Amino acid sequence: MKPYLKLDHIDKVFTRGAASTEVLKDINLNIGKGEYVSIIGHSGCGKSTMLNIVAGLTTASVGCVLLEDREVNSPGPDRAVVFQNHSLLPWLTVYQNVQLGVDKVFAKSKTRAERDAWIMHNLNLVQMTHAKDKRPSEISGGMKQRVGIARALAMEPKVLLLDEPFGALDALTRAHLQDSVMALHQKLGNTIVMITHDVDEAVLLSDRIVMMTNGPSATIGEVLDVPLARPRKRLELATNAQYLKCRQRVLEFLYERHRFVEAA
Amino acid sequence: MNMQAIKTEPAKVLANSPAPVVALTPKRPPSLDKYTKAAKEVAVRVIPPLIVVTLLMVFWELVCRRAGSTLPPPSKVYKDTKELIFDPFFDHGGIDKGLFWHLSASLQRVAFGYSLAAVAGVALGTLVGQSVWAMRGLDPIFQVLRTIPPLAWLPLALAAFRDGQPSAIFVIFITSIWPIIINTAVGIRNIPQDYRNVAAVVQLNPLEFFWKVMIPSAAPYIFTGLRIGIGLSWLAIIAAEMLIGGVGIGFFIWDAWNSSHISEIILALFYVGIIGFVLDRAIAGLGHLVTHGTSAN
Repeated sequence: MKPYLKLDHIDKVFTRGAASTEVLKDINLNIGKGEYVSIIGHSGCGKSTMLNIVAGLTTASVGCVLLEDREVNSPGPDRAVVFQNHSLLPWLTVYQNVQLGVDKVFAKSKTRAERDAWIMHNLNLVQMTHAKDKRPSEISGGMKQRVGIARALAMEPKVLLLDEPFGALDALTRAHLQDSVMALHQKLGNTIVMITHDVDEAVLLSDRIVMMTNGPSATIGEVLDVPLARPRKRLELATNAQYLKCRQRVLEFLYERHRFVEAA
Repeated sequence: MNMQAIKTEPAKVLANSPAPVVALTPKRPPSLDKYTKAAKEVAVRVIPPLIVVTLLMVFWELVCRRAGSTLPPPSKVYKDTKELIFDPFFDHGGIDKGLFWHLSASLQRVAFGYSLAAVAGVALGTLVGQSVWAMRGLDPIFQVLRTIPPLAWLPLALAAFRDGQPSAIFVIFITSIWPIIINTAVGIRNIPQDYRNVAAVVQLNPLEFFWKVMIPSAAPYIFTGLRIGIGLSWLAIIAAEMLIGGVGIGFFIWDAWNSSHISEIILALFYVGIIGFVLDRAIAGLGHLVTHGTSAN
Protein backbone atom coordinates (compact mmCIF):
# COMPACT_ATOMS: atom_id res chain seq x y z
CA MET A 1 0.00 0.00 0.00
CA LYS A 2 1.36 3.38 -0.96
CA PRO A 3 1.04 5.74 2.00
CA TYR A 4 -1.11 8.80 1.43
CA LEU A 5 -0.51 10.29 4.84
CA LYS A 6 2.70 9.32 6.56
CA LEU A 7 3.79 10.05 10.11
CA ASP A 8 7.52 9.63 10.05
CA HIS A 9 9.41 9.05 13.33
CA ILE A 10 7.54 11.67 15.26
CA ASP A 11 8.65 12.65 18.74
CA LYS A 12 7.05 15.39 20.75
CA VAL A 13 8.64 16.95 23.79
CA PHE A 14 6.87 19.63 25.77
CA THR A 15 9.24 21.92 27.60
CA ARG A 16 8.17 24.13 30.41
CA GLY A 17 11.04 25.93 32.06
CA ALA A 18 13.66 23.38 33.01
CA ALA A 19 11.27 20.44 32.99
CA SER A 20 10.56 18.66 29.76
CA THR A 21 8.13 15.84 29.15
CA GLU A 22 8.34 13.50 26.25
CA VAL A 23 4.75 12.97 25.21
CA LEU A 24 5.16 11.02 21.99
CA LYS A 25 8.04 8.83 21.01
CA ASP A 26 8.84 7.41 17.63
CA ILE A 27 5.41 7.45 16.05
CA ASN A 28 5.38 5.79 12.65
CA LEU A 29 2.16 5.37 10.78
CA ASN A 30 1.21 5.02 7.15
CA ILE A 31 -2.35 5.74 6.13
CA GLY A 32 -3.70 4.86 2.72
CA LYS A 33 -6.05 6.98 0.65
CA GLY A 34 -9.67 6.51 1.62
CA GLU A 35 -8.76 4.67 4.78
CA TYR A 36 -10.58 5.19 8.06
CA VAL A 37 -8.09 4.98 10.89
CA SER A 38 -8.94 5.33 14.57
CA ILE A 39 -6.44 6.17 17.25
CA ILE A 40 -7.38 4.82 20.64
CA GLY A 41 -5.69 5.04 24.00
CA HIS A 42 -6.19 6.12 27.57
CA SER A 43 -6.54 9.79 28.28
CA GLY A 44 -3.26 11.62 28.53
CA CYS A 45 -1.48 9.32 26.12
CA GLY A 46 -0.96 12.04 23.56
CA LYS A 47 -3.65 11.12 21.04
CA SER A 48 -4.79 14.70 20.69
CA THR A 49 -1.21 15.91 20.45
CA MET A 50 -0.67 13.46 17.62
CA LEU A 51 -3.76 14.71 15.80
CA ASN A 52 -2.69 18.31 16.36
CA ILE A 53 0.68 17.51 14.82
CA VAL A 54 -1.03 16.09 11.75
CA ALA A 55 -3.29 19.13 11.64
CA GLY A 56 -0.25 21.38 11.93
CA LEU A 57 -1.59 23.08 15.05
CA THR A 58 1.39 21.75 17.00
CA THR A 59 4.81 21.08 15.56
CA ALA A 60 6.63 17.83 16.08
CA SER A 61 9.92 18.01 17.97
CA VAL A 62 11.47 15.36 15.77
CA GLY A 63 10.19 13.75 12.57
CA CYS A 64 7.61 14.98 10.12
CA VAL A 65 4.20 14.47 8.60
CA LEU A 66 4.04 13.76 4.88
CA LEU A 67 0.86 14.18 2.91
CA GLU A 68 1.16 12.90 -0.66
CA ASP A 69 4.94 12.86 -0.15
CA ARG A 70 5.02 16.51 0.81
CA GLU A 71 5.91 17.71 4.26
CA VAL A 72 3.13 19.56 6.06
CA ASN A 73 3.94 21.53 9.17
CA SER A 74 1.40 24.32 9.33
CA PRO A 75 -2.39 24.15 9.54
CA GLY A 76 -4.38 24.17 6.36
CA PRO A 77 -7.75 23.28 4.88
CA ASP A 78 -6.31 20.13 3.27
CA ARG A 79 -6.35 18.64 6.78
CA ALA A 80 -9.66 19.90 8.13
CA VAL A 81 -10.38 19.20 11.77
CA VAL A 82 -13.69 18.42 13.45
CA PHE A 83 -13.10 19.54 17.00
CA GLN A 84 -14.39 17.75 20.06
CA ASN A 85 -16.44 20.68 21.26
CA HIS A 86 -17.62 21.66 17.77
CA SER A 87 -15.86 25.07 17.94
CA LEU A 88 -18.46 26.85 15.88
CA LEU A 89 -18.17 30.61 16.05
CA PRO A 90 -21.18 31.61 18.13
CA TRP A 91 -21.74 34.96 16.44
CA LEU A 92 -22.10 33.38 13.00
CA THR A 93 -25.07 31.42 11.73
CA VAL A 94 -24.76 27.79 10.71
CA TYR A 95 -24.46 28.86 7.09
CA GLN A 96 -21.84 31.52 7.83
CA ASN A 97 -19.78 29.07 9.86
CA VAL A 98 -19.50 26.79 6.86
CA GLN A 99 -19.05 29.77 4.58
CA LEU A 100 -15.99 30.94 6.51
CA GLY A 101 -13.96 28.01 5.24
CA VAL A 102 -15.56 27.77 1.83
CA ASP A 103 -14.94 31.43 1.00
CA LYS A 104 -11.27 31.03 1.82
CA VAL A 105 -10.63 27.72 0.09
CA PHE A 106 -12.63 28.40 -3.06
CA ALA A 107 -12.08 32.16 -3.26
CA LYS A 108 -10.68 31.88 -6.75
CA SER A 109 -11.94 28.57 -8.09
CA LYS A 110 -15.67 29.05 -7.52
CA THR A 111 -18.03 31.92 -8.19
CA ARG A 112 -20.23 33.30 -5.44
CA ALA A 113 -23.23 31.31 -6.65
CA GLU A 114 -21.17 28.13 -6.87
CA ARG A 115 -19.89 28.66 -3.35
CA ASP A 116 -23.42 29.15 -2.10
CA ALA A 117 -24.51 25.93 -3.79
CA TRP A 118 -21.50 24.13 -2.35
CA ILE A 119 -22.27 25.33 1.19
CA MET A 120 -25.87 24.20 0.86
CA HIS A 121 -24.71 20.88 -0.59
CA ASN A 122 -22.52 20.24 2.43
CA LEU A 123 -25.18 21.30 4.88
CA ASN A 124 -27.47 18.90 3.08
CA LEU A 125 -24.93 16.09 3.51
CA VAL A 126 -25.30 16.41 7.26
CA GLN A 127 -29.00 17.28 7.01
CA MET A 128 -28.67 20.71 8.50
CA THR A 129 -30.13 22.87 5.71
CA HIS A 130 -33.23 23.52 7.78
CA ALA A 131 -31.18 25.32 10.44
CA LYS A 132 -28.91 27.28 8.15
CA ASP A 133 -29.90 30.65 9.59
CA LYS A 134 -29.75 29.58 13.21
CA ARG A 135 -26.92 30.44 15.53
CA PRO A 136 -25.00 27.67 17.30
CA SER A 137 -26.64 28.54 20.63
CA GLU A 138 -30.03 27.74 19.10
CA ILE A 139 -29.27 24.17 18.01
CA SER A 140 -28.52 20.98 19.94
CA GLY A 141 -25.11 19.50 20.62
CA GLY A 142 -25.52 16.83 17.96
CA MET A 143 -26.56 19.42 15.40
CA LYS A 144 -23.55 21.58 16.25
CA GLN A 145 -21.28 18.64 15.64
CA ARG A 146 -23.02 18.01 12.30
CA VAL A 147 -22.30 21.58 11.31
CA GLY A 148 -18.71 21.10 12.44
CA ILE A 149 -18.49 18.10 10.14
CA ALA A 150 -20.09 20.05 7.28
CA ARG A 151 -17.62 22.87 7.79
CA ALA A 152 -14.71 20.45 7.59
CA LEU A 153 -16.10 18.53 4.61
CA ALA A 154 -16.84 21.73 2.72
CA MET A 155 -13.14 22.53 2.63
CA GLU A 156 -12.67 19.37 0.58
CA PRO A 157 -9.85 18.16 2.77
CA LYS A 158 -7.43 15.47 1.66
CA VAL A 159 -7.58 14.12 5.17
CA LEU A 160 -10.41 14.63 7.61
CA LEU A 161 -9.26 14.74 11.22
CA LEU A 162 -11.83 13.96 13.88
CA ASP A 163 -10.82 14.82 17.44
CA GLU A 164 -13.17 12.78 19.64
CA PRO A 165 -16.04 14.11 17.57
CA PHE A 166 -18.76 12.28 19.49
CA GLY A 167 -17.24 12.56 22.95
CA ALA A 168 -19.52 15.29 24.21
CA LEU A 169 -22.76 13.75 22.93
CA ASP A 170 -25.30 11.51 24.60
CA ALA A 171 -25.30 7.84 23.61
CA LEU A 172 -28.26 7.97 21.22
CA THR A 173 -27.13 11.08 19.40
CA ARG A 174 -23.68 9.61 19.23
CA ALA A 175 -24.90 6.42 17.55
CA HIS A 176 -26.90 8.43 15.06
CA LEU A 177 -23.95 10.63 14.22
CA GLN A 178 -21.61 7.65 13.91
CA ASP A 179 -23.99 6.23 11.33
CA SER A 180 -23.94 9.55 9.51
CA VAL A 181 -20.17 9.69 9.44
CA MET A 182 -20.02 6.09 8.26
CA ALA A 183 -22.42 6.88 5.44
CA LEU A 184 -20.45 9.98 4.48
CA HIS A 185 -17.22 8.01 4.40
CA GLN A 186 -18.92 5.40 2.23
CA LYS A 187 -20.23 8.03 -0.12
CA LEU A 188 -17.32 10.46 -0.36
CA GLY A 189 -14.40 8.11 0.25
CA ASN A 190 -12.51 10.54 2.47
CA THR A 191 -9.36 9.60 4.27
CA ILE A 192 -10.25 9.90 7.93
CA VAL A 193 -8.19 9.89 11.10
CA MET A 194 -10.28 9.78 14.25
CA ILE A 195 -9.32 10.06 17.89
CA THR A 196 -11.55 8.13 20.24
CA HIS A 197 -11.59 6.33 23.52
CA ASP A 198 -14.70 4.38 22.76
CA VAL A 199 -13.86 0.81 21.80
CA ASP A 200 -17.16 0.10 20.06
CA GLU A 201 -16.93 3.28 18.07
CA ALA A 202 -13.42 2.44 16.94
CA VAL A 203 -14.34 -1.08 15.81
CA LEU A 204 -17.56 -0.01 14.15
CA LEU A 205 -16.10 2.81 12.09
CA SER A 206 -12.51 1.95 11.36
CA ASP A 207 -10.54 0.03 8.79
CA ARG A 208 -7.64 0.01 11.18
CA ILE A 209 -7.31 0.77 14.86
CA VAL A 210 -4.09 2.26 16.16
CA MET A 211 -3.64 1.51 19.85
CA MET A 212 -1.43 3.80 21.86
CA THR A 213 0.59 2.82 24.89
CA ASN A 214 0.35 4.95 27.99
CA GLY A 215 2.34 8.14 28.27
CA PRO A 216 4.74 9.64 28.92
CA SER A 217 6.71 8.65 25.85
CA ALA A 218 3.61 7.08 24.36
CA THR A 219 4.00 5.24 21.14
CA ILE A 220 1.98 2.97 18.90
CA GLY A 221 1.54 -0.30 20.73
CA GLU A 222 -0.38 -2.25 18.16
CA VAL A 223 -2.29 -1.73 14.94
CA LEU A 224 -5.37 -3.85 14.41
CA ASP A 225 -7.01 -4.45 11.05
CA VAL A 226 -10.78 -4.54 11.16
CA PRO A 227 -11.71 -6.87 8.31
CA LEU A 228 -15.45 -6.20 8.43
CA ALA A 229 -17.24 -5.61 5.14
CA ARG A 230 -18.87 -2.27 4.49
CA PRO A 231 -21.49 -1.00 4.72
CA ARG A 232 -21.63 -2.03 8.34
CA LYS A 233 -24.80 -2.25 10.33
CA ARG A 234 -24.66 -1.61 14.01
CA LEU A 235 -27.26 -4.19 14.95
CA GLU A 236 -25.95 -6.99 12.78
CA LEU A 237 -22.45 -6.46 14.08
CA ALA A 238 -23.52 -6.88 17.67
CA THR A 239 -23.45 -10.62 17.17
CA ASN A 240 -20.81 -10.82 14.48
CA ALA A 241 -17.91 -13.04 15.58
CA GLN A 242 -15.32 -11.00 13.72
CA TYR A 243 -16.55 -7.81 15.32
CA LEU A 244 -16.46 -9.32 18.77
CA LYS A 245 -12.96 -10.62 18.21
CA CYS A 246 -11.70 -7.16 17.19
CA ARG A 247 -13.44 -5.63 20.14
CA GLN A 248 -11.86 -8.22 22.41
CA ARG A 249 -8.41 -7.44 21.06
CA VAL A 250 -8.74 -3.73 21.72
CA LEU A 251 -10.15 -4.29 25.16
CA GLU A 252 -7.31 -6.64 26.03
CA PHE A 253 -4.79 -4.11 24.87
CA LEU A 254 -6.34 -1.28 26.82
CA TYR A 255 -7.24 -3.05 30.03
CA GLU A 256 -4.69 -5.84 30.39
CA ARG A 257 -1.48 -5.02 28.71
CA HIS A 258 -1.62 -1.25 28.96
CA ARG A 259 -3.77 -0.62 31.93
CA PHE A 260 -4.24 2.98 32.76
CA VAL A 261 -2.29 3.78 35.90
CA GLU A 262 -3.62 6.81 37.66
CA ALA A 263 -0.77 9.20 38.26
CA ALA A 264 -1.10 9.63 42.01
CA MET B 1 -27.46 11.40 1.29
CA ASN B 2 -30.25 9.18 2.35
CA MET B 3 -30.12 8.78 6.09
CA GLN B 4 -33.02 6.39 6.20
CA ALA B 5 -30.93 3.78 4.43
CA ILE B 6 -28.55 3.43 7.32
CA LYS B 7 -31.05 3.74 10.09
CA THR B 8 -31.77 0.68 12.17
CA GLU B 9 -34.92 -1.28 11.60
CA PRO B 10 -37.20 0.15 14.28
CA ALA B 11 -36.22 3.61 13.20
CA LYS B 12 -37.27 2.82 9.66
CA VAL B 13 -40.72 1.87 10.78
CA LEU B 14 -41.00 5.10 12.61
CA ALA B 15 -39.76 7.10 9.66
CA ASN B 16 -42.31 5.55 7.36
CA SER B 17 -45.22 6.37 9.60
CA PRO B 18 -44.66 9.89 10.74
CA ALA B 19 -46.36 10.98 13.90
CA PRO B 20 -49.67 12.69 13.21
CA VAL B 21 -49.25 16.40 12.90
CA VAL B 22 -51.31 18.22 15.45
CA ALA B 23 -52.07 21.77 14.49
CA LEU B 24 -51.27 23.95 17.43
CA THR B 25 -53.66 26.79 17.98
CA PRO B 26 -51.86 29.13 20.27
CA LYS B 27 -54.16 30.75 22.73
CA ARG B 28 -54.02 34.36 21.72
CA PRO B 29 -55.34 36.63 24.39
CA PRO B 30 -57.80 39.28 23.24
CA SER B 31 -56.06 42.52 22.35
CA LEU B 32 -57.51 44.38 25.33
CA ASP B 33 -55.94 41.82 27.62
CA LYS B 34 -52.64 42.26 25.88
CA TYR B 35 -52.72 46.00 26.36
CA THR B 36 -53.58 45.81 30.02
CA LYS B 37 -50.76 43.31 30.46
CA ALA B 38 -48.29 45.62 28.73
CA ALA B 39 -49.56 48.56 30.73
CA LYS B 40 -49.08 46.58 33.91
CA GLU B 41 -45.50 45.77 32.98
CA VAL B 42 -44.74 49.43 32.35
CA ALA B 43 -46.51 50.42 35.55
CA VAL B 44 -44.40 48.16 37.78
CA ARG B 45 -41.28 49.69 36.32
CA VAL B 46 -42.38 53.31 36.31
CA ILE B 47 -44.51 53.74 39.39
CA PRO B 48 -41.97 52.87 42.13
CA PRO B 49 -39.34 55.38 40.97
CA LEU B 50 -42.09 57.99 40.48
CA ILE B 51 -43.23 57.53 44.06
CA VAL B 52 -39.67 57.84 45.35
CA VAL B 53 -39.04 60.97 43.28
CA THR B 54 -42.27 62.55 44.51
CA LEU B 55 -41.40 61.78 48.13
CA LEU B 56 -37.92 63.24 47.68
CA MET B 57 -39.39 66.38 46.10
CA VAL B 58 -41.81 66.84 48.99
CA PHE B 59 -38.99 66.33 51.49
CA TRP B 60 -36.77 68.78 49.61
CA GLU B 61 -39.58 71.33 49.41
CA LEU B 62 -40.25 71.04 53.15
CA VAL B 63 -36.59 71.36 54.11
CA CYS B 64 -35.75 74.29 51.82
CA ARG B 65 -38.96 76.29 52.02
CA ARG B 66 -38.19 78.03 55.30
CA ALA B 67 -36.69 81.49 55.14
CA GLY B 68 -32.92 81.69 55.16
CA SER B 69 -32.45 78.36 53.43
CA THR B 70 -29.23 78.27 51.39
CA LEU B 71 -30.70 76.12 48.62
CA PRO B 72 -33.92 76.82 46.71
CA PRO B 73 -36.89 74.44 47.04
CA PRO B 74 -38.12 72.70 43.86
CA SER B 75 -40.96 75.17 43.41
CA LYS B 76 -38.51 78.04 43.32
CA VAL B 77 -36.16 76.13 40.99
CA TYR B 78 -39.00 75.70 38.56
CA LYS B 79 -40.03 79.36 38.81
CA ASP B 80 -36.46 80.59 38.29
CA THR B 81 -35.61 78.34 35.39
CA LYS B 82 -38.93 78.28 33.56
CA GLU B 83 -37.46 80.26 30.69
CA LEU B 84 -34.45 77.97 30.39
CA ILE B 85 -36.66 74.90 30.45
CA PHE B 86 -39.16 76.06 27.87
CA ASP B 87 -36.77 77.87 25.55
CA PRO B 88 -33.58 75.86 25.30
CA PHE B 89 -32.77 77.17 21.82
CA PHE B 90 -32.26 80.92 22.34
CA ASP B 91 -28.95 82.41 21.37
CA HIS B 92 -28.08 85.91 22.54
CA GLY B 93 -24.52 85.70 21.34
CA GLY B 94 -21.37 84.90 23.33
CA ILE B 95 -22.02 82.44 26.09
CA ASP B 96 -25.60 83.61 26.67
CA LYS B 97 -27.20 80.67 24.94
CA GLY B 98 -29.97 78.19 25.66
CA LEU B 99 -29.22 74.93 27.44
CA PHE B 100 -29.50 73.00 24.20
CA TRP B 101 -26.45 74.76 22.81
CA HIS B 102 -24.44 74.22 25.96
CA LEU B 103 -25.31 70.55 26.06
CA SER B 104 -24.66 70.02 22.38
CA ALA B 105 -21.26 71.72 22.67
CA SER B 106 -20.35 69.37 25.51
CA LEU B 107 -21.70 66.37 23.64
CA GLN B 108 -19.68 67.28 20.56
CA ARG B 109 -16.47 67.38 22.58
CA VAL B 110 -17.33 64.03 24.12
CA ALA B 111 -18.21 62.55 20.75
CA PHE B 112 -14.89 63.67 19.34
CA GLY B 113 -12.64 62.64 22.19
CA TYR B 114 -14.53 59.45 22.87
CA SER B 115 -14.50 58.29 19.23
CA LEU B 116 -10.76 58.79 19.10
CA ALA B 117 -10.40 56.91 22.37
CA ALA B 118 -12.60 54.06 21.12
CA VAL B 119 -10.57 53.55 17.95
CA ALA B 120 -7.17 53.98 19.60
CA GLY B 121 -8.25 51.98 22.66
CA VAL B 122 -9.45 48.97 20.69
CA ALA B 123 -6.31 49.06 18.53
CA LEU B 124 -3.95 49.31 21.50
CA GLY B 125 -5.95 46.79 23.48
CA THR B 126 -5.71 44.33 20.59
CA LEU B 127 -1.95 44.85 20.42
CA VAL B 128 -1.53 44.33 24.16
CA GLY B 129 -3.88 41.35 24.20
CA GLN B 130 -2.28 39.67 21.23
CA SER B 131 1.41 40.23 21.77
CA VAL B 132 3.16 39.14 24.93
CA TRP B 133 5.97 41.59 24.34
CA ALA B 134 3.63 44.51 23.77
CA MET B 135 1.92 43.59 27.02
CA ARG B 136 5.16 43.42 28.93
CA GLY B 137 6.26 46.75 27.53
CA LEU B 138 3.03 48.70 27.65
CA ASP B 139 0.93 47.29 30.46
CA PRO B 140 2.96 48.73 33.36
CA ILE B 141 2.87 52.15 31.69
CA PHE B 142 -0.89 51.93 31.20
CA GLN B 143 -1.39 50.89 34.79
CA VAL B 144 0.42 54.01 35.99
CA LEU B 145 -1.07 56.44 33.50
CA ARG B 146 -4.64 55.34 34.08
CA THR B 147 -4.51 56.39 37.73
CA ILE B 148 -3.83 60.03 36.82
CA PRO B 149 -7.03 62.03 37.42
CA PRO B 150 -8.46 63.50 34.19
CA LEU B 151 -8.11 67.11 35.26
CA ALA B 152 -4.43 66.68 36.03
CA TRP B 153 -3.91 66.33 32.28
CA LEU B 154 -5.65 69.61 31.49
CA PRO B 155 -2.78 72.04 32.22
CA LEU B 156 -0.42 69.90 30.21
CA ALA B 157 -2.92 69.75 27.35
CA LEU B 158 -3.39 73.53 27.47
CA ALA B 159 0.36 73.98 27.36
CA ALA B 160 0.63 71.70 24.35
CA PHE B 161 -2.40 72.84 22.33
CA ARG B 162 -2.66 76.46 23.55
CA ASP B 163 -6.41 76.30 23.09
CA GLY B 164 -9.36 75.16 25.18
CA GLN B 165 -11.20 73.08 22.61
CA PRO B 166 -8.50 70.54 21.70
CA SER B 167 -7.46 70.40 25.34
CA ALA B 168 -10.96 69.43 26.46
CA ILE B 169 -11.09 66.79 23.73
CA PHE B 170 -7.72 65.49 24.83
CA VAL B 171 -8.91 65.21 28.42
CA ILE B 172 -11.92 63.19 27.25
CA PHE B 173 -9.65 61.00 25.17
CA ILE B 174 -7.14 60.31 27.89
CA THR B 175 -9.87 59.64 30.46
CA SER B 176 -11.89 57.17 28.48
CA ILE B 177 -9.11 55.27 26.72
CA TRP B 178 -7.82 53.22 29.68
CA PRO B 179 -10.86 51.08 30.40
CA ILE B 180 -11.25 50.51 26.66
CA ILE B 181 -7.63 49.35 26.30
CA ILE B 182 -7.71 47.14 29.35
CA ASN B 183 -11.03 45.47 28.62
CA THR B 184 -10.17 44.93 24.96
CA ALA B 185 -6.87 43.33 25.96
CA VAL B 186 -8.62 41.00 28.38
CA GLY B 187 -11.18 40.12 25.70
CA ILE B 188 -8.46 39.34 23.16
CA ARG B 189 -6.51 37.27 25.67
CA ASN B 190 -9.65 35.29 26.43
CA ILE B 191 -10.35 34.25 22.84
CA PRO B 192 -10.71 30.47 23.17
CA GLN B 193 -7.88 28.47 21.64
CA ASP B 194 -10.54 26.61 19.66
CA TYR B 195 -11.42 29.72 17.69
CA ARG B 196 -7.76 30.32 16.98
CA ASN B 197 -7.44 26.72 15.80
CA VAL B 198 -10.45 27.12 13.52
CA ALA B 199 -8.95 30.27 12.06
CA ALA B 200 -5.63 28.48 11.57
CA VAL B 201 -7.19 25.52 9.77
CA VAL B 202 -9.22 27.83 7.54
CA GLN B 203 -6.07 29.93 7.06
CA LEU B 204 -7.54 33.33 7.76
CA ASN B 205 -4.99 36.06 7.23
CA PRO B 206 -4.28 38.42 10.15
CA LEU B 207 -6.72 41.06 8.91
CA GLU B 208 -9.54 38.54 8.41
CA PHE B 209 -8.73 37.03 11.79
CA PHE B 210 -9.03 40.47 13.38
CA TRP B 211 -12.42 41.24 11.84
CA LYS B 212 -13.98 37.80 11.75
CA VAL B 213 -12.75 36.25 14.98
CA MET B 214 -11.03 38.67 17.33
CA ILE B 215 -13.47 41.55 17.32
CA PRO B 216 -16.67 39.46 17.56
CA SER B 217 -15.15 37.18 20.17
CA ALA B 218 -13.91 40.06 22.30
CA ALA B 219 -16.98 42.23 21.64
CA PRO B 220 -18.63 41.66 25.03
CA TYR B 221 -15.43 42.76 26.77
CA ILE B 222 -14.87 45.65 24.39
CA PHE B 223 -18.35 46.97 25.02
CA THR B 224 -17.84 46.76 28.77
CA GLY B 225 -14.80 48.97 28.28
CA LEU B 226 -16.67 51.32 25.97
CA ARG B 227 -19.45 51.66 28.50
CA ILE B 228 -17.12 52.51 31.35
CA GLY B 229 -15.32 54.90 29.00
CA ILE B 230 -18.40 56.87 28.02
CA GLY B 231 -19.35 57.30 31.68
CA LEU B 232 -15.88 58.54 32.58
CA SER B 233 -15.72 60.95 29.66
CA TRP B 234 -19.04 62.51 30.62
CA LEU B 235 -17.68 62.92 34.16
CA ALA B 236 -14.52 64.51 32.87
CA ILE B 237 -16.05 66.94 30.38
CA ILE B 238 -18.06 68.79 33.02
CA ALA B 239 -15.00 69.42 35.15
CA ALA B 240 -12.81 70.30 32.18
CA GLU B 241 -15.32 72.81 30.83
CA MET B 242 -15.50 74.56 34.16
CA LEU B 243 -11.84 75.36 33.71
CA ILE B 244 -11.61 76.10 30.00
CA GLY B 245 -14.76 78.27 29.77
CA GLY B 246 -16.69 79.01 26.61
CA VAL B 247 -19.87 77.23 25.63
CA GLY B 248 -20.58 73.96 27.39
CA ILE B 249 -22.69 72.60 30.19
CA GLY B 250 -19.73 72.53 32.59
CA PHE B 251 -19.06 76.18 32.09
CA PHE B 252 -22.78 76.93 32.30
CA ILE B 253 -22.77 75.46 35.82
CA TRP B 254 -19.68 77.41 36.81
CA ASP B 255 -21.13 80.59 35.36
CA ALA B 256 -24.39 80.05 37.23
CA TRP B 257 -22.45 79.63 40.46
CA ASN B 258 -20.55 82.85 39.83
CA SER B 259 -23.83 84.68 39.28
CA SER B 260 -25.44 82.94 42.26
CA HIS B 261 -28.14 81.35 40.09
CA ILE B 262 -28.45 78.25 42.23
CA SER B 263 -31.67 77.16 40.52
CA GLU B 264 -29.88 77.05 37.18
CA ILE B 265 -27.20 74.82 38.66
CA ILE B 266 -29.85 72.41 39.83
CA LEU B 267 -31.52 72.34 36.43
CA ALA B 268 -28.16 71.76 34.73
CA LEU B 269 -27.36 68.89 37.10
CA PHE B 270 -30.67 67.31 36.20
CA TYR B 271 -29.81 67.47 32.50
CA VAL B 272 -26.28 66.20 33.06
CA GLY B 273 -27.65 63.20 34.91
CA ILE B 274 -30.23 62.38 32.27
CA ILE B 275 -27.73 62.66 29.43
CA GLY B 276 -25.16 60.56 31.23
CA PHE B 277 -27.81 57.91 31.70
CA VAL B 278 -28.85 58.06 28.05
CA LEU B 279 -25.22 57.78 26.86
CA ASP B 280 -24.66 54.74 29.04
CA ARG B 281 -27.84 53.09 27.80
CA ALA B 282 -26.98 53.91 24.20
CA ILE B 283 -23.60 52.18 24.39
CA ALA B 284 -25.14 49.23 26.24
CA GLY B 285 -27.86 48.98 23.58
CA LEU B 286 -25.29 49.15 20.79
CA GLY B 287 -23.32 46.39 22.48
CA HIS B 288 -26.43 44.26 22.76
CA LEU B 289 -27.14 44.83 19.08
CA VAL B 290 -23.61 44.05 17.92
CA THR B 291 -23.12 40.93 20.03
CA HIS B 292 -26.67 39.70 19.26
CA GLY B 293 -27.24 39.58 22.99
CA THR B 294 -24.95 36.57 23.19
CA SER B 295 -21.59 36.61 24.80
CA ALA B 296 -18.95 34.33 23.34
CA ASN B 297 -19.27 31.04 25.12
